[in-house]
Amino acid sequence: MTTGDYHFQRRQAQRPPGSGFEFSAWFFMRVSGVLLLVLAVFHLLYMHMVIRVENINFDTVVGRWTGPWGVFWRLYDLFLLIFAMAHGFNGSRYIIDDYIRWRGVRVAFKTVSAVIAFVLWVMGAYIIFTF
Amino acid sequence: METTLYNIFSMLRYRGREGHWAWVLHRVSGLGVMLFLLLHITDIFLLAFGPNVFNTWLFLFKAPPFRVMEVFLIFGVLFHAVNGLRVILLDFAPGLGRYQHVIVWVETVIVAIVFVPAAVITLAPLFG
Ligand code: HEM
Ligand code: HEM
Repeated sequence: MTTGDYHFQRRQAQRPPGSGFEFSAWFFMRVSGVLLLVLAVFHLLYMHMVIRVENINFDTVVGRWTGPWGVFWRLYDLFLLIFAMAHGFNGSRYIIDDYIRWRGVRVAFKTVSAVIAFVLWVMGAYIIFTF
Repeated sequence: METTLYNIFSMLRYRGREGHWAWVLHRVSGLGVMLFLLLHITDIFLLAFGPNVFNTWLFLFKAPPFRVMEVFLIFGVLFHAVNGLRVILLDFAPGLGRYQHVIVWVETVIVAIVFVPAAVITLAPLFG
C-alpha cells in the first residue's frame, strides 16, 4: 500500500469513484465535511463553552431564534440540519453497503434510514421557523 | 449474518498502522454522531409542545450520566472532524501520503488540545 492506505478497507473509498452518482456522493462528502468542520464544531463548542448546557431551556433557545441575531441563528441551524443529516445519511449508506450482504435486508435498512432522514429534516426545519 | 460478524470482527484485527485505527474510529464516531443527531433533532422538536414539556425533558441532558456521554460525543465530533479533514487533504493531495504517519500524530495532538478543555468544562459541574 502506498498513498491510498489511509482508509484502504472501504472498497468505494479507495479511490474516488469514476463518475455518476457515486462520484457526486464522494464529492459531496468532502464538501459537506469542510462545511461541517465549521458548522458542527462551532455549534458544539459554543453550546458547551459560551452558552453552557446548564443554561439551555425553552426561553434561551427561543430567545436566540427571535433575538436581534435571530435570522442568523435560524439560518445557521438550518444549514447545520441540512448538511449534517445529508452527510450522516450518506455515511450510513456506506456502512450499510459494507456490512449488510443480504440484498433484501440491505434495501430494508436503506429504506428505513431514508424515511427517518426525511422525517427529521421536516421536523427540524419546521421547528426552526415556528417561533 | 456470519459474513457481517466476520466483517465487523476483522475490522478490529490489526491490519495497518495508525491509518487503520483512524479508519475504524472514523467509522464508529461518524455512526455515533449520526445516532446522537437523530435524538438531538427529536429533542429540539419538543419545543413545539411548549416550555413545560421542553424544560421537563431537558433534565435528561443535564443529568450526570448524560454529561459523561457528552464527553464521548465531543471526542467523537472532534476526532471525526479532524480526521475527516486529513482524509480530504490526502484525497486531493495524494503526495502528502508519504508523511501520513506524521500527519496522524499531528492530528492526535490537535484533537487533544481542543478536547481536554472542553471535557473539563463539561464535567466540572459534576464536581461542584
Ligand atoms: C465535522 C466535520 C466533518 C468532516 C470534516 C467529515 C468528513 C468526513 C469524510 C471525509 C468522510 C469519508 C467519506 C468517504 O469515505 O468517502 C466521512 C464519513 C462519514 N461521516 Fe463525516 N465529517 C464531518 C462531520 C460528520 C457528522 C456531524 C456526522 C454525523 C451526522 C458524520 C457522519 C459520517 C459517517 C456516518 C461517515 C461514514 C463513515 C465511513 O464510511 O466509514 N460526519 N466524514
Ligand atoms: C451535547 C452537545 C450539544 C448541545 C448542548 C446542543 C444544543 C442545541 C440547541 C440548544 C439547539 C437549539 C437551537 C439553538 O439554540 O441554536 C440545537 C440545535 C441543533 N443542533 Fe445541537 N447541540 C449539541 C450538539 C450537536 C451536534 C454534535 C450536532 C451535529 C451533528 C448538532 C446539530 C444541531 C442541529 C442540526 C440543530 C437544529 C435542530 C432542528 O432544526 O431541530 N448539535 N442544538
